[in-house]
Amino acid sequence: MSELKLMKGNEALAEAAIRAGADAYFGYPITPQSEVIEYLMAEKPFERTGMVVLQAESEIAAINMVYGAAGAGKKVMTSSSSPGVSLKLEGISYIAGAELPCVYANVVRGGPGLGTIQPSQADYFQSTKGGGHGDYRQIVLAPASVQEMSDFVRDGFDLAFKYRIPVLILSDGVIGQMMEKVKLFEPIPRLTEEEIKEKYPWATTGKKHGTERRIITSLYLDSNEMEQHNIKLQKKYKEISEKEVRFELIDCEDAEYVFVAYGSSARIAQKAVRLARAKGLKVGLFRLITLFPFPTKQIQEMCSKGMKGFLAVEMSAGQMVEDVHLAVKGCAKVEHYGRYGGIVHTPEEVLEAMEQKIIGG
Amino acid sequence: MTEELIIAGFGGQGVLSMGKILAYSGIMQDQEVSWMPSYGPEMRGGTANVIVIVSDERISSPILTIFDSAIILNQQSMDKFEKSVRPGGVLLYDPNGIIRHPTRKDINIYQVEASHLASEMGNAKIFNMIVLGAYLKIKPIVKMENVILGLKESLPERYHKLIPLNEDAINSGLKNVKAFHELN
Repeated sequence: MSELKLMKGNEALAEAAIRAGADAYFGYPITPQSEVIEYLMAEKPFERTGMVVLQAESEIAAINMVYGAAGAGKKVMTSSSSPGVSLKLEGISYIAGAELPCVYANVVRGGPGLGTIQPSQADYFQSTKGGGHGDYRQIVLAPASVQEMSDFVRDGFDLAFKYRIPVLILSDGVIGQMMEKVKLFEPIPRLTEEEIKEKYPWATTGKKHGTERRIITSLYLDSNEMEQHNIKLQKKYKEISEKEVRFELIDCEDAEYVFVAYGSSARIAQKAVRLARAKGLKVGLFRLITLFPFPTKQIQEMCSKGMKGFLAVEMSAGQMVEDVHLAVKGCAKVEHYGRYGGIVHTPEEVLEAMEQKIIGG
Repeated sequence: MTEELIIAGFGGQGVLSMGKILAYSGIMQDQEVSWMPSYGPEMRGGTANVIVIVSDERISSPILTIFDSAIILNQQSMDKFEKSVRPGGVLLYDPNGIIRHPTRKDINIYQVEASHLASEMGNAKIFNMIVLGAYLKIKPIVKMENVILGLKESLPERYHKLIPLNEDAINSGLKNVKAFHELN
């Protein structure tokens, strides 16, 4: 029997780390995601499953602990909020370069700089277009509910190990701070050292006499080698783009206009869809679940079936809208709407933007 | 059924925990719930509010500006949220400390003297449960047995001995809610 609980998004994320059989969480507190480490410290999984929970001296230390543990084949996680994630990105680039698995969460707050502790979605570029240096990608999952804050930790680890890639759970202050009903998944046992050795031939589990050296590195001084490594990475990203796109369509069957949104903006847009339908407007919602890979093909298909307009709704000055433009390629109207800097748009504002910018525009 | 409610007052009045108990009560009867608090500097200014949604359906936006009901527990919140109740909706408030009473004629307005009743019962902390009782009299969206189960779930085990006191407070609210302005 799975358990029903009323939990904050941040708490659900933390509980899911324990249940997913994580070996370690390394973190550093920052609002609005401090409940993650607070919950883990209160739950003391180190006494039950042996999972390490450690508050590092900084975000940079925490991400490099993740790098080290991931290299040893461990299931390892960290989390932070925007300014803290910026600090972690050097490490993420190394982890991507060295092809290691990890899950990390960004509970986004308003920026730039130290910004505000209120919710925002202005880290889309950072999350999907690199953030750190080099030609790397990471899988980005965007939960829109407390349930998904829990489920995406389990799914994130599966993807991270399947592709040996960092997986980012991108939420924001709304999803992190709100409480909802959550059905917790059955705990998955942590792997033993023997199981890790057997399952992950790349992991540094201790060299024995007569066995091959396993080297975890992102350094290739020979440019030809570096290019080959990059080609290999690109092949992996292409495979992910083809196989791992996730999205949800709400009221799109007969829709003439759609909101494109993710996370808390998708929830707000869903309410705007209801308000629109009550007015007799044929409006639907394309909810992105993966931000990378982006559902380019699926949006293109909507275009070719005659969708008249797309309104990208995001709590930023317009970031995801660029990817919608790239998918639509001028065959339908595309506009952006969003409040930002810590202000959350209302369903009424979102509907008004649809009416003015797309339907009547 | 979908009920979209805002509870607003001072920090320390039990606004957030009242919302949490209501949300847990909804879970106990298999409904969808969301609980979205104000956080950060807003709270440090002394006011606290939480949006609670209880529904038979999947909940869309956890953040709203128009509500079916508002429970208002201080003047600042009255000034801010009286206009946020949808026409025909419900506003419940404790007149204690209210100088500018609500004036709208297109909503149902009720009063409960919760702070007064709480001090009569000798425990200021059960204030929020009196208010919850009053609200449930007007809007019986959750069954009383599920409220008690909700209390059990949201209170740490060491406080379970206080459940009968909380139950008395809810009953006091149920009995003492008064209509201030009711639509026909």
